[in-house]
Amino acid sequence: MESRLQHIFLTPTFLAITFAGVLGTFTTTALAAEASDLDLEPLVVREPERREVRVDQIDSEDFEIGVNAGIFHFEDFGSDTSRSLRFAYHVSEDFFVEAIYGESRLGETSFERLSGGSPLLTDAERDVTYYNVSLGWNIFPGESFVGGRWAFKGGLYVVAGAGSTEFGGDNLFTVNAGVGYRFIATDWLALHVDVRDHYFESDLLGSMEAKHNIEFSGGLTLFF
Amino acid sequence: MKMTHIYKLLVLGFLSGLAVETHAIFDSYQPTVLVSDPYLELRTGPGRGYPVFYVAGQGDEVTILKRRTNWFKVRTPRGKDGWVHFQEMAHTLDLEGEAIDWGQKDLSDFTRRRWEMGFNGGDFGGASSLTGYVGFALTPNISLQIEGTQVLGKFSDGVIGSANILMYPFPGWRLSPYFTIGTGIITTKPHTTIVQAEDREDEIVHAGLGANLYLSDRFMLRMEYKRHTVLTSRDDNEEIDQWKAGFSIFF
Repeated sequence: MESRLQHIFLTPTFLAITFAGVLGTFTTTALAAEASDLDLEPLVVREPERREVRVDQIDSEDFEIGVNAGIFHFEDFGSDTSRSLRFAYHVSEDFFVEAIYGESRLGETSFERLSGGSPLLTDAERDVTYYNVSLGWNIFPGESFVGGRWAFKGGLYVVAGAGSTEFGGDNLFTVNAGVGYRFIATDWLALHVDVRDHYFESDLLGSMEAKHNIEFSGGLTLFF
Repeated sequence: MKMTHIYKLLVLGFLSGLAVETHAIFDSYQPTVLVSDPYLELRTGPGRGYPVFYVAGQGDEVTILKRRTNWFKVRTPRGKDGWVHFQEMAHTLDLEGEAIDWGQKDLSDFTRRRWEMGFNGGDFGGASSLTGYVGFALTPNISLQIEGTQVLGKFSDGVIGSANILMYPFPGWRLSPYFTIGTGIITTKPHTTIVQAEDREDEIVHAGLGANLYLSDRFMLRMEYKRHTVLTSRDDNEEIDQWKAGFSIFF
């Protein structure tokens, strides 16, 4: 029985068929592999360079920083020059948020000058520092015309906000409101003219009184 | 006086230097887009108050130079520079003819904001208060906040520095309420016109609730009520109510 099976399995015919079968399998695999290699060929080709627009990488210039100089009139205490730093963020075409830090100086009251008595404040107590944070509204934006030849870019804005005024060692809650004009000289440079009322209550002269203090100023700002 | 002049000149010099520098660095990315509408209106400035002076035609490739709020400064193939509003730019395509993602800020950006800063004012136990803050969101529900407050009263003024945790139960709402707790230090200084009392420094703890209202772009309004407990060295602690309202910007 065993020898008979061996005989069948080892016959040249069987071996030939088996060999052919194995060879056939190999060949078709090889051919299939070659075919799929051909299919893959186009994937190796480089993709064209992507030209997607990335909006967040465009240079945006919504911040404004600059310096102001002007004249600060203090109720009862005369006028003096003022200097300030201005920082603004333009939230939209219409609205901006503005922070100002400045310094000025109190003069003498008419009482001090006329009575010839002792001064109400020492020299150091007359130094004024102030800050405020305001919301601004570009109420009349657009071009302005001077004569027939000149057109200026810019616009009128109004601001209102709150802050603190410090002099004589005390800090006073101060509300400010005003109006200004922004001349846009170039895309990144602007000139400002401002008129602003700084309102606070003070009891420095005996009783608690409302004080309106007017500041006229001009300045230069840069957009970045 | 001379010193302030020199100081001013230095500041101006520094600022102009900074401006030139920032222009040199950031002017590099200037993508080109394709006009797909029949025309694209160019204005002389970044605002609706400025006149239209030039019109780019359909199929023109315009280069975006820079942006201010919702206005884009573009250069046409003929070399004209002008400002175009976002709503018109939104109809342009990239050079492969695909729509562009203009990344306009909306309610979902308000919900997912990370950094925010704001300013508000109000009443602090009868005195006026001014507060500036910076906040950072750990998740849309929880954020950390550092606050500086100046208290300005009739008889004294003071400064509060505090750290707070805010919890937003509904961060996806346009009017999003929150709860807050925090702690800090309050320094009180009596006014010079009253009596020569001593300055005081006390610990302060507070709890409160408030709400943010999303307006548009990066802008929101904030209203808040806080109950402060000043941990004084005297027998009784002091309880102070604070109401405030203001605006914030997020990034």
